[in-house]
Amino acid sequence: MRIIIVGCGNVGATLAEQLSKEGHNITIIDTRERLVQNLANTFDVMGIEGNGASFSVQAEAGVENADLLIAVTGSDELNLLCCLIAKKAGGCHTIARVRNPVYSREIGYIKEELGLSMVINPEHAAAMEMGRVLKFPSAVKIDTFAKGRIELIHYRIAEGSILHDMALKDIPTKLHCDVLVCVVERGDDVVIPDGNFILKEKDTISIVASSQNAMKLFKKMGAPTTRAKNAIIVGGGETSFYLAKQLISMGVEVKIIEKDKERCEELSELLPQALIIYGDGTDRDLLLEEGMVHAEAFASLTNFDEENIMLTLFAKSMSKAKLITQVHRIAYDEIINELDLGTVIYPKYITAESIIQYVRAMQNSIGSNIETLYRLNDNRVEALEFVVKEDSPVVGIPLQQLNLKENILICGINHKGNIITPGGQSVISVGDTVVIVTVITGLHDIKDILK
Amino acid sequence: METMNYSIIRYILCRVIEFAGLFFLLPCLVAVIYQEQEGYAFLLVAVGCLLLGGIGKHWKPKSKVFYAKEGFVTVSLSWILLSVIGALPFYLTREIPSYVDALFETVSGLTTTGGTILTDVEVLSRCTQFWRCFTHWIGGMGVLVLILAILPLSGSYNMHLMRAESPGPSVGKLVPKVRNTAKILYGIYIAITLTQIILLFFAGMPLYDAITLSFSTTGTGGFGLLNSSIAEYPMATQTIFMIFMILCGVNFNLYYLFLIRKPKDAIKSEELWLYLGLMFGGAVLIALNIRDQFDSVYETFHTALFHTASIMTTTGFSTVDFNLWPEFSKMVLLLLMIIGACAGSTGGGFKVSRLLIVIKSIRNELSYVVHPRSIKKIHVDGHTVSESVIKSTQIYVMTYVAIYIVSVLLLSLDKFDFVTNFSAVAANLNNVGPGFSAVGPTGNFSQYSVFSKFVLMFDMLTGRLELFPMLILFSPKTWKR
Repeated sequence: MRIIIVGCGNVGATLAEQLSKEGHNITIIDTRERLVQNLANTFDVMGIEGNGASFSVQAEAGVENADLLIAVTGSDELNLLCCLIAKKAGGCHTIARVRNPVYSREIGYIKEELGLSMVINPEHAAAMEMGRVLKFPSAVKIDTFAKGRIELIHYRIAEGSILHDMALKDIPTKLHCDVLVCVVERGDDVVIPDGNFILKEKDTISIVASSQNAMKLFKKMGAPTTRAKNAIIVGGGETSFYLAKQLISMGVEVKIIEKDKERCEELSELLPQALIIYGDGTDRDLLLEEGMVHAEAFASLTNFDEENIMLTLFAKSMSKAKLITQVHRIAYDEIINELDLGTVIYPKYITAESIIQYVRAMQNSIGSNIETLYRLNDNRVEALEFVVKEDSPVVGIPLQQLNLKENILICGINHKGNIITPGGQSVISVGDTVVIVTVITGLHDIKDILK
Repeated sequence: METMNYSIIRYILCRVIEFAGLFFLLPCLVAVIYQEQEGYAFLLVAVGCLLLGGIGKHWKPKSKVFYAKEGFVTVSLSWILLSVIGALPFYLTREIPSYVDALFETVSGLTTTGGTILTDVEVLSRCTQFWRCFTHWIGGMGVLVLILAILPLSGSYNMHLMRAESPGPSVGKLVPKVRNTAKILYGIYIAITLTQIILLFFAGMPLYDAITLSFSTTGTGGFGLLNSSIAEYPMATQTIFMIFMILCGVNFNLYYLFLIRKPKDAIKSEELWLYLGLMFGGAVLIALNIRDQFDSVYETFHTALFHTASIMTTTGFSTVDFNLWPEFSKMVLLLLMIIGACAGSTGGGFKVSRLLIVIKSIRNELSYVVHPRSIKKIHVDGHTVSESVIKSTQIYVMTYVAIYIVSVLLLSLDKFDFVTNFSAVAANLNNVGPGFSAVGPTGNFSQYSVFSKFVLMFDMLTGRLELFPMLILFSPKTWKR
């Protein structure tokens, strides 16, 4: 597809990188010449310097023939204007990043009237992700397939866990629960394991299981399974607001610590059920006084990455809370992963990821049968959901007789709403959706999994 | 500083060798048609290249790290490698007995210079003549651009390669993907070449001559089939050559603008008008200067324009011995030689777009003297030229002059006079071909010593790759681990 990206900040750069690697024709626009140059030099994209909301600049970028324009500059108004002009000039799909809550509340109207295809609010998206994680406290991250019926749960094996030194084939017999381990990440390696694979502590595993089975597994391992009852959020930004709102609706007791008095008052108006504390969240005594030791969830969402990391590490040493850390800078994720900060949320990455998902879905409507596509473990693993629309070589044959490519694992079959965790005898039928996990990229149809 | 990623350079070089092998199959075909023994030499080299490249590419690069540094080194090493391999058939067929001479001929071909060490090109076998002209065609648009167009080289390195090989102060893409850009450029190039072949054929030229000479013209090279270059062909045929030389000296991006129906943008190009203005202006000056040598005004102007076009596009065809012209005409030609063709064309030289930036910076500097507090940006085609482009253009000028002076100095170790040496460097550094005096249209480079030939080869490669890719090979920092 021909895609124009306006704005070359972190999100724009991530989008340009990812989408150009996926084979799209990308043109980037920004007023900052250096950024444009840098990106055009590193990735296979065309750079244009100028104001993305200007018609002539858009025309130079080829808006007439473009399929999609993504506006991710720092300004909401500019983003909306870019999309409006692109819509009028080229009739293409448009995606805008809009973060101002004033617009966010009216987003349905704006989207409708301006003909936007998608509006993304990074703070909101990040808060949603955090909420999802808090629902399942042991998981690092959860991706959903088959409209939420299949969940891919990412879990990091704790030190001294019973899973340490256990072979995968022994899990059902020793632990009496039916789970399927799809991906194991150990250090820098990402593998799609077979039955003889032996797990070690500190591995991050991705499992497919029904909620009950997953719960059972976590219980056996002694990991917390109940949802947190109270939560402390440090920093009172937009993300905190969205997260608190969500948690309150789930019945969680929320404390927000914010050091700006006016913002505190504002938050207290917006969230009458939450306890708003006016104070410096990095103040050790304040944290202890507010009961950090007994907190079941702790989210550091200040604007400073360093502060967030420090706070999380402190909370980790003082409490057993489920930890969430917000990190804005994407570049140093490998170091941050080593720190074991629990769930790390990169709002910019989430924004980029949601847009990329939209682009993939948009492209899928053109060619292939992919329903959902997730890039996991640093983009090295893909989890895809295929719709089996017609008779294909995979239909009607027990899985163990299929000649699958290596490094492909079928991890879920949605057969008329029933989720089957596949075994050797399972059969794929027409109309099913099939979730597979693979390290091979570029699969377009279910038959691509065969040798 | 990161150390050089040698494995990826090796990998790309293997692909280059493989392509070279494919190129050699064309002269083999010619040898089959004309039943010439020399074809075996080409076949041998072709098979060798295909084997070497085919085996070499199986070792995938260890790391895909690729920065501008790797791009520059890969491009210059590819050109050196291609020259070394391309020279083998000349040597193996014994048509050029000395390997250094064979190398000179190949470098001159690939860089689209067209200066020769052969005293008699008419005795060459047809497949060798074909290969000579075909090197022009390959070199015109660039080998790596061709590879980028054909191979799906994913990753970030394609832009660095394209930039190192394509001429001009700033390399822009036509479309978002490098691969498609390369395809479009080669598409336009092939279309122009085919049109010329057809026109020459209908003008009564044998097909073989039409093909080979079209390669020489569209690559703006200048190798001919006859010792007298283009002089013996009729006026109409000469006009076809002239038109296609001028066409190939134009920035190919402009043709793309025509293709996507934006001819207005193409016509607005300041570089195009300066290019045509200098060419026709030069032709008028020369025509006035040499008017007593011809019978008709038409013939005078035709000859003058043919040569300004030939020299400015750095092709180097000639219909008369312009070395016998008055000093003023020769001086005009020398200046045009140095200015060269447009950026993004197949021609060489300093490039008209750089001249445009230099002229505009001088004008700005003058205005700055009058209004010391004025702030003025340089605009070309309605766009502001960024400071970094201006700076790199200025550095280009300095480097160019430095290389020029050192080359003339090194050549003066030989027995030739100043005009010969000075014009020899001009002709090679700008990829023109013929110079003046002993290296004029009727002379050649065979009498230079081996050392001088290497200096000139360096100049040709440096000129074609726009200085820095070649110079970086000589910087110890490039290779430091």
